[in-house]
Amino acid sequence: MGCGVSKSDQFHKSSSKAIRSAILIQRWYRQYVARTEMRRRYTWHIFQSIEYSGEQAQIKLYNFLGYLMDNFTPASNERNLISHIFRENDVCRDAEWERYFCYKNIEVPEIYSGPHLTFPLTVEQAVGLVEAFRNKKQLHSRYVLQLLLETWKQLRMLPNINRISTCQSKEITICGDLHGQLEDLLLIFYKNDMPSLENPYLFNGDFVDRGKDSIEILIILFSFLLVYPSEVYLNRGNHEDHIINLRYGFTKEVLTKYKMHGKRILKLLQKIFSWLPLATVIDQKVLVLHGGISDTTDLAVLARVNRHHYVSALRPPKKRHQSSASLSIDLDMDEDIWSPNKMFLRRKSFTFLKTVPRDSFQNRSLQDFSDRIKVDEVEICRRKPSISNPATGALENEAATSVSSESISSQSGIDEWKQILDLLWSDPMNQDGCVPNEVRGGGCYWGPDVTEDFLNRHNMQLIIRSHECKQEGYEFCHNRKVLTLFSASNYYDVGSNRGAYVKLGPDLVPYLVQYQASSMIRELTVRQSVGRTERSALKVLREQVFAHKSDLICAFKTFDSNNTGLVCLNDWASAVESVMHLGLPWRMLRYQLVPCKTNGGMIDYHEWFNELAIKGPSADHIDQSLLETLYRHRSTLETIFRIVDTDNSGFITIQDFRQTWKLLSVYLKMEITDDTISDLVVTIDRNQDGSIDIDEFMEAFRLTDKKSRLERGRSMFMGTATDLTKLEGDPNI
Amino acid sequence: MTEKKQSAEAMEPDVHKKIKAAFKAFDYESNNKVDVREIGTVIYSLGCFPTQADLHDIIAGVEEDHTGYITLDKFLPAMTKVLLEHKFPPIPEDLLLQAFEVLDKEKKGYLEPEELTKHMTQEGELFTQEEMEEMLTALADHEDNFVYYKDLISQLTIDPDM
Repeated sequence: MGCGVSKSDQFHKSSSKAIRSAILIQRWYRQYVARTEMRRRYTWHIFQSIEYSGEQAQIKLYNFLGYLMDNFTPASNERNLISHIFRENDVCRDAEWERYFCYKNIEVPEIYSGPHLTFPLTVEQAVGLVEAFRNKKQLHSRYVLQLLLETWKQLRMLPNINRISTCQSKEITICGDLHGQLEDLLLIFYKNDMPSLENPYLFNGDFVDRGKDSIEILIILFSFLLVYPSEVYLNRGNHEDHIINLRYGFTKEVLTKYKMHGKRILKLLQKIFSWLPLATVIDQKVLVLHGGISDTTDLAVLARVNRHHYVSALRPPKKRHQSSASLSIDLDMDEDIWSPNKMFLRRKSFTFLKTVPRDSFQNRSLQDFSDRIKVDEVEICRRKPSISNPATGALENEAATSVSSESISSQSGIDEWKQILDLLWSDPMNQDGCVPNEVRGGGCYWGPDVTEDFLNRHNMQLIIRSHECKQEGYEFCHNRKVLTLFSASNYYDVGSNRGAYVKLGPDLVPYLVQYQASSMIRELTVRQSVGRTERSALKVLREQVFAHKSDLICAFKTFDSNNTGLVCLNDWASAVESVMHLGLPWRMLRYQLVPCKTNGGMIDYHEWFNELAIKGPSADHIDQSLLETLYRHRSTLETIFRIVDTDNSGFITIQDFRQTWKLLSVYLKMEITDDTISDLVVTIDRNQDGSIDIDEFMEAFRLTDKKSRLERGRSMFMGTATDLTKLEGDPNI
Repeated sequence: MTEKKQSAEAMEPDVHKKIKAAFKAFDYESNNKVDVREIGTVIYSLGCFPTQADLHDIIAGVEEDHTGYITLDKFLPAMTKVLLEHKFPPIPEDLLLQAFEVLDKEKKGYLEPEELTKHMTQEGELFTQEEMEEMLTALADHEDNFVYYKDLISQLTIDPDM
């Protein structure tokens, strides 16, 4: 047999075998690459959905609180708890401000080893600050306050829209979102040198929140702004906003790092944020702003607004002169109260009983908004108005509320507000047109036709914006007329994305530079880092799903009328989306989320929850479904606590604690009796001293999954106390 | 045979949803169109293992002449057929192992990068240089750069859907 086979036959045979093998391997590998690409896409989608739904939730909460503010009696306790976040600061004159923030009384102790600053600031000091922060030093609060005061003075002189030009060979470097990630800023300075007369920079907003070194980033940026006022430019981002900071970590970071003076620092920052310029135009041809545009964006209007009136972009500034008409209430609370359209419309026209006379309105209490709440008789009595004279009641009421309630009387006021909101919150979309951005809850989605029209109208050629995380650190869209730039690498997780900055010379052709912080990344292959990020996203998603267990089981039951405990894949996917509202490709995620074997193509949903193997939050004598609801809304809960904690001590009184629950229960349309609250208090106030440690309370609601606690690093998705590295807080700072 | 056909029909709505979901991931303008250059990824991600030649055939059957796009209308029925008929089933692990062993003439248990590159870029449905670089980055061991195929196969093979 052997000699019958010629050499050439043998050669062909083995060769064709090799070819077939090669084809097989190529097939297999290409399939693998495609699957990985799909996984990468939906992993991204998961992180982004959860991130944006968090932003939406914050806006929702803020609008809810604003709504309560508009409708509570002046004397009510709830109002006092939350009014301070609506209180605008322009009642103080500048001189008063300087006194309030006087740093001169603050002594720097001998033992302090951080940098010392003298003003006017020099380049060496600015560079020194970068070095100090690289070495994990903290700047003393005296210097922080001094720096902030100087920054405020500087910012006040700037126009709403910076106008700069690239002359001769000066290239300007533009950076996107940094989100408190100092490592990325240091990396940028390393690759691109620090700002100088020959090296101008523009930072496009979102310097703070989520990352753990937001204040250090601000200090660095402000220092360079003071040292090189003509070479360093800052645009405001949607996170330069104290309301957003309450939820996303900046407030907490400052209060933790600066235990004694943190509150003052935050107050001063509120003012500074409002004075940040809104946009920058380069060579009259390139527009740089944080979010984007809408079909009504008008640079002429934006150039004229009083930008510092918008302390928070989520709320238009109050007017001193009052609007007349009674504030009636839109009872349609659960649908769309957060939607941007309703946000403007709400001010103009409400639909509640127009015949309600003003003074009976004063009797409105929480109970009227949500008739499912059982409120003590005592509570209702407490809410009787303290204004005795009904004749002047209305006027007094107005005067009393003028400080903190808001009323937009003019259409132009609303238009102005919309301009700023759009600028800070909008995202581009691929379809033509312009629609409200309901995913985030603010701004709009704008299409290529809007870009085209805008650029033509203003005779420009390019829009550079940030606001959205991109895998490669940047992304062009709208026929390369819009460039998204994001400078926080590894934003969602280690290995999730690169950061980028852009260099723009006189030719105005963007030159992009990418980077990725953390040396660990470079050693991971692309596939490995996709896998890692994917695992992280799925873990987050599993927790979210678990937090909605009761609602999910209800939803499954609607598809399972025979109570078999099984649902088919289609129904599973529909049910999950109807509860979670994340718009994710659930079918694709099914294998990752539901590891148990299918029962003939059906999913056993009870077994699924058992397998998720996450122990529920502890506290056995509390109703499980209540705990679950609280767990789901823990970020909101913590935000409300931080609002209620007016002296920022980290503690709230039992009384305020009860009031918080009332607030939350109305917001969630949830019944919660006084007994239930008492039970919670007993659980939490361990030392029975009448005050509750916020962090300790939030701790009770963490899921007790050991593994996830260890791996949990970023505060973004959890928003609970222990995620930020707790600095013990040097008392000397 | 009838049973199989019946169950296949019953699975159709399921299959449709799967195909639509994968298609949507690349439908950037939400107009039910996907770039023809990305449709391969869609097909692969649905659990199929076609050769390049197979892919070309499918695409030829559904492409909108010369627009460079493929619409959902045409893609859905074609892809449904592919899935219900299990046209491009996954490659069994042992077959894959044999394929690697054929290339590993010296039976070392691993392939050197040059060896693998030669085969992948000169035989069969040739890899581009980019694809080759990516493959090596993904599969080669960090330290010695060899491709230990036995370990890889078990790590990288996925469960068949359905």
